[in-house]
Amino acid sequence: MSKESLLELHDLHTHFFTDNGEIPAVNGVSFTLDNGEIVGIVGESGCGKSVTSLSVMQLVPNPPGKIVSGYIKFKGENIVNASPKRMKQIRGNEIGMIFQEPMTSLNPLFTIGNQLIEAIRFHRKLSKKEARQESVDLLKLVGIPRAEAIIDEYPHQLSGGMRQRVMIAMSVSCDPDILIADEPTTALDVTIQAQILDIMRDLNKERDTAILLITHDLGVVAELCDRVIVMYAGEVVEEGSVREILKDPQHPYTKGLIRSLPKLHGEDQKLYSIPGTVPKPGMGNVGCQFAPRCEYAFARCFKEKPELYNVGEKRTSRCFLYDNKEGDAAENAESTFGS
Amino acid sequence: MQQKMQNLLLEVKGLKKYFPVKGGVFGRKVGEVKAVDDISFSVKEGEILGLVGESGCGKSTTGKSILRLSEPTAGEVKFEDQEITSLSGEEMRKLRRHMQIIFQDPYASLNPRHTVEKIVGEPLLVHGMNSTEDRKERVRELLEVVGLSSYHASRYPHQFSGGQRQRIGIARALANNPKLIICDEPVSALDVSVQAQILNLMSDLRDQFNLTYVFIAHDLSVVKHISDRVGVMYLGRMAELAGKNELYNHPKHPYTQALLSAVPEPDPDYQRDRIILKGDVPSPSEPPSGCAFHTRCPYVMDICREVRPEFREVETDHYVACHLYQDAVHS
Repeated sequence: MSKESLLELHDLHTHFFTDNGEIPAVNGVSFTLDNGEIVGIVGESGCGKSVTSLSVMQLVPNPPGKIVSGYIKFKGENIVNASPKRMKQIRGNEIGMIFQEPMTSLNPLFTIGNQLIEAIRFHRKLSKKEARQESVDLLKLVGIPRAEAIIDEYPHQLSGGMRQRVMIAMSVSCDPDILIADEPTTALDVTIQAQILDIMRDLNKERDTAILLITHDLGVVAELCDRVIVMYAGEVVEEGSVREILKDPQHPYTKGLIRSLPKLHGEDQKLYSIPGTVPKPGMGNVGCQFAPRCEYAFARCFKEKPELYNVGEKRTSRCFLYDNKEGDAAENAESTFGS
Repeated sequence: MQQKMQNLLLEVKGLKKYFPVKGGVFGRKVGEVKAVDDISFSVKEGEILGLVGESGCGKSTTGKSILRLSEPTAGEVKFEDQEITSLSGEEMRKLRRHMQIIFQDPYASLNPRHTVEKIVGEPLLVHGMNSTEDRKERVRELLEVVGLSSYHASRYPHQFSGGQRQRIGIARALANNPKLIICDEPVSALDVSVQAQILNLMSDLRDQFNLTYVFIAHDLSVVKHISDRVGVMYLGRMAELAGKNELYNHPKHPYTQALLSAVPEPDPDYQRDRIILKGDVPSPSEPPSGCAFHTRCPYVMDICREVRPEFREVETDHYVACHLYQDAVHS
């Protein structure tokens, strides 16, 4: 690649070492995030999307978790084995993060202001007074009314949507290059979710912050993302632009996932459902992870592991149907899918 | 009218559930949380009525009050023309074989120390199936009905995935051939691919056993998919109630309109006029005067701040509680 990406993950393996053996939660994940881009990672629970984001922040609890191979390059610097000191500089300052549960990620014993000021003064040389003013401005930026009063309140006095706004304010306080949002709206109601998504979109436009959005909700992806990475059982199974993924999915898993969503508009049909359940981590089979649930699976899928095949520009699918040798099979699959 | 010909299975009139707020040194009552504040609706036999709303709108409390798992403060609940709020505990227990509930969390609603056989068989025992052999037989039958296998009967809940556990919960609810099942967020803890399996199962069971559901959920797409009619709740009150296509295509209440416009669609080409509501849902312990939605409503008028709008039929089978439609008297 000619241009260096803002964030590049290459063949990342994050494993957990438990009493039941080694569990590959993230099993060879590679992707890039460019300046000002919004990339979504989607998948069901246990697919490794959260562990991927924690790996970037070096926040995987160790033990039992460990990045066993691969690299994560942030602006060209490999941060997998960066010193704790260097990581402290990066976290919050250059890469911000928002978590799913805004109640548990704020300290209930300190006021909103205390927590914001702490984060700001850790990375930036500001006096207490300046930091406080900066905090008020940030709270206004994320649409908190009465920011001057809210700053002296405790987290329990705020609603879920307000807490998530405070988290966003905190994570962008040092104007990071990347904002990692791990299920930022899952715990919120739809009307509040719409507000939070709006704020994130504005941040991306106004401050040019790249966003890595981890979610299970394809609707949220359609709202916000430019590019999408679909994960299944610790692996990337498909990558493409949001339009390509949602309108013309290539991997059988993505196809099934989209077809199993109930529609808000249009006629109701019987829902398609992917048979079986997501494999338990560590119970992986030899071949394609999705093969046991896949309606197109053939003998090779159970024996060999498919690689990510190129199916277009910046568009990949981990499925033998797109291996040129199996070209005929792909055509067959297309025709059956149409019916 | 056709509606009269179809039997009403459940009729709820003026249902209220207030929770006391205690405070002070002596734990005196200092206020009330109006979780459900005067709602009325009816459910026909064989119908699926969806109840949607955001967290704290009282939809779960409504479900529990219907079964008297949470004693209603006021109002009537009629099941098969029988008023049930005045029944004694014993009479109620007997009646509950006809009204069952499926809970949200398939992890918390199954006893981890009991085998599936005991969990599913317990309602049978309670309602008088005393023979162990008969119960075993029935449990095996039920497990097959919900898509599990009879050999699962001897296992414990932790050996199952979330979707399978929800199937066990459904088997337990079906055990005594109920007429009505209250489904309280039955799929919200499940992944999308598993959610589809459970929704399909529930539709199939409805057809197979002529069940009636009150389906409570916060996901508007899920409710649309499964329901025949849908009621939208806001702050303990029913804002709008109509047939699902009517409600989703022609929402009348400003809250319903905003709610529908806020749902993210997994379609990058989908265009809509997004109505972004300001602020949060007010606290149900101090609901706003007049219309509960007036603090966030884009069309708020003076009357909304003072008078609570009546919940009335503005078009055939389309009920709305909003002053915008108070003049439109349905003839």
